[in-house]
Amino acid sequence: MNRAAKDRTGEPSWYMSNDAAFVEFQRVQKSYDGEILVVKDLNLSMPKGEFLTMLGPSGSGKTTCLMMLAGFETATHGEIMLDGRPINNIPPHKRGIGMVFQNYALFPHMTVAENLAFPLEVRNIGKDAREEKVKRALDMVQMGAFGSRRPAQLSGGQQQRIALARALVFEPELVLMDEPLGALDKQLREHMQFEITRLAHELGITTVYVTHDQTEALTMSDRVAVFDDGRIQQLAPPDLLYEEPENSFVAQFIGENNTLEGVVKSIDGDSCVVALDDGSEIDAMPVNVKAAGERTKVSIRPERVEFNKDRLHADAHTLKATVKEFIYMGDVFRFRLSVAGNDDFIIKTRNAPDAVRLSPGQEVEIGWLAKDCRALDA
Amino acid sequence: MTDATQSGPMLAADGTPLKKSLARSLRRRKLRALALISPLLLFVLLSFVIPIVSMLFRSVENGIVSQTIPLTVVELQNWDAEGGELPNEAVYAAFTKDMLAAIEAKQHTRLGSRLNYEKTGMSSMFRRSGRQIKKLDPEADAPFKDKLIEIHDGWGDVDTWRTIKTHAVPITNGYFLNAVDMRRTPEGAQAQPDDKKILIKLFGRTLMMSLIITGSCVLLAYPISYLLANLPMRISNLLMILVLLPFWTSLLVRTSAWKVMLQQQGVINETLVWLGLVADDARLVIINNQFGTIIAMTHILLPFMILPMYSVMQTIPPTYTRAAKSMGATNWTTFWRIYFPQSIPGIGAGSILVFILAIGYYITPEIVGGTKGVFISNRIAYHISSSLNWGLAAALGTILLVVVLVLYWAYDKIVGIDNVKLG
Repeated sequence: MNRAAKDRTGEPSWYMSNDAAFVEFQRVQKSYDGEILVVKDLNLSMPKGEFLTMLGPSGSGKTTCLMMLAGFETATHGEIMLDGRPINNIPPHKRGIGMVFQNYALFPHMTVAENLAFPLEVRNIGKDAREEKVKRALDMVQMGAFGSRRPAQLSGGQQQRIALARALVFEPELVLMDEPLGALDKQLREHMQFEITRLAHELGITTVYVTHDQTEALTMSDRVAVFDDGRIQQLAPPDLLYEEPENSFVAQFIGENNTLEGVVKSIDGDSCVVALDDGSEIDAMPVNVKAAGERTKVSIRPERVEFNKDRLHADAHTLKATVKEFIYMGDVFRFRLSVAGNDDFIIKTRNAPDAVRLSPGQEVEIGWLAKDCRALDA
Repeated sequence: MTDATQSGPMLAADGTPLKKSLARSLRRRKLRALALISPLLLFVLLSFVIPIVSMLFRSVENGIVSQTIPLTVVELQNWDAEGGELPNEAVYAAFTKDMLAAIEAKQHTRLGSRLNYEKTGMSSMFRRSGRQIKKLDPEADAPFKDKLIEIHDGWGDVDTWRTIKTHAVPITNGYFLNAVDMRRTPEGAQAQPDDKKILIKLFGRTLMMSLIITGSCVLLAYPISYLLANLPMRISNLLMILVLLPFWTSLLVRTSAWKVMLQQQGVINETLVWLGLVADDARLVIINNQFGTIIAMTHILLPFMILPMYSVMQTIPPTYTRAAKSMGATNWTTFWRIYFPQSIPGIGAGSILVFILAIGYYITPEIVGGTKGVFISNRIAYHISSSLNWGLAAALGTILLVVVLVLYWAYDKIVGIDNVKLG
């Protein structure tokens, strides 16, 4: 199915205004200076319990969207709905949304337990119930013994857990996280990714997560919204996002990707032939091209490139390539090839017993299945 | 890793103890650092440390009596000051001898001035008697008792001799007693007569007004610092220049400007009369009193409150406020529970700075304070330059210094000096 198909109203197919939506952005625009739109016509609908990640380069508008949802920025145009109610005019403290900040924002003058009790206190929850909830929240993140410490006495990972517990302690239905793992080292980050998704699913919380780290986005989310230039470029589950990018930005941004440029020569249903700029021809799947003669960028994932001719269709187009570099990465081999004028064409193969090691200078013939090679917008 | 097994001090590669070898390698660097700061060190020593030490010493030093009339002081030891009898001839003879030497060295008027602090009239008595005593012969004209009483009947007054005996000690607590409205008498420390009790009141007033000034600075500076810390850089820099502008204007000019503003025919009164808010014959008295001093000093010291507050508030990230609001806190709760506690170090730093500056302020109270709005420092200046009672001035200064140090210590105990950030 071509996921980029547009429905009658001209809106992308993923946007369905429905009653079950828990969080909904309706034609939201945001401008800070009245001249440039930071967020352009954003439409997004999230069911209850979903873990959605907003992914994009800095300045793509993802954090602005999060801040509008939290209530710290107001939408210039459009409506944001929470559980069926428009919330544009509700101040942040009445929205009941939990939030985890990039630098945790743990109050330095309060102990960990006081930090956690704060959202309960402002809700006038009695002392006993408060202590009970704080204890439960601390146990939930395995920090039960740290209640009397000050945030400054905790390590980065521990502070992260406390920040998480504090955002969850008042049992919000929606939790927003703004690059919460950005300050942690790699190992801790991977561990916390797992913790956060586990908690989110166990507690059934709806989560909006902002990050610029695509691995984080792919491993944690139910769906990922890729932002660029103030728009959602694609909103899809991680596997579809990786395997079926809808435009060249998404293809480039998510994972490693090889790009070749050319002109569509012919289209035949689900496959087309693209004439590359150096004259050679390849098979591709038309995604963002409609007619012959259009310029296109085709995208192929490095692990889908085949240099064993037996595995390709008999009539498949192949390209001549020169191996430039061999990089040994342990679990995989990585080759850099020169293909059709592109010197940065990457191939990855698994380090299997029968894996072939190509050496630099070697000439090979490469090809792929038409469905793995997507002809996208130029 | 060979050191791991051996006991005793760690050794360097060549076998010398590690500490020694480290000290040697650091010595050059330390000498260099010392050389770099030595001009300043010398300057501070000469212009700050030595004057202060000498001032502290002056507050107890009292060598003048025993140096000018040493024989008399010795003879007075045998005289019973409580008995109500005049001293015997030996004292008068010793005194005449001492005076002749003192007159020769032109020292007797200085002693007169010194004793005049304790008993009014002593100065003129010494000056006038000096001219007569000069004509006496230490051998031929004995006995001296009656002659001296004839020269000036003050010498026949038991109180005169009591005063001399009381203040003959080389190290005295007299100045400090005076500084706290007491005096040194032969019977020990006693309270001054009520009409002379002004210094304790003045100390109290200085502390009270400094507190009021610090308080009003906090109230005025907090909102503006908050604004400065939260505005975009470009605008806050512009406003900061307005805050700093008074710094670049002479203190005297600013204080004089307040005189123009506040006096009865001044800008404020004229405007109020013109607006009809104040009757022409009931103009506000807002200068030459405590009110005038508080207004002018609050204005002058305000930047010292704003700057530390601003620099502390700048370091409070806006995410704290956002976090608090996202957790359901209202604007007021967010401010009071989250923002304010984190801004306390700024308030503390500013308050210490303003209070310590205010407590020793001189020019502004002198110009706009009249008689009711002057500080202890004005009294110190009076004793330094007019009454020339440097000992009392030094004692007052020492007490002021101790008060500031005690307050500083108390602040450290209560708030913690680590919490103070000046920038």
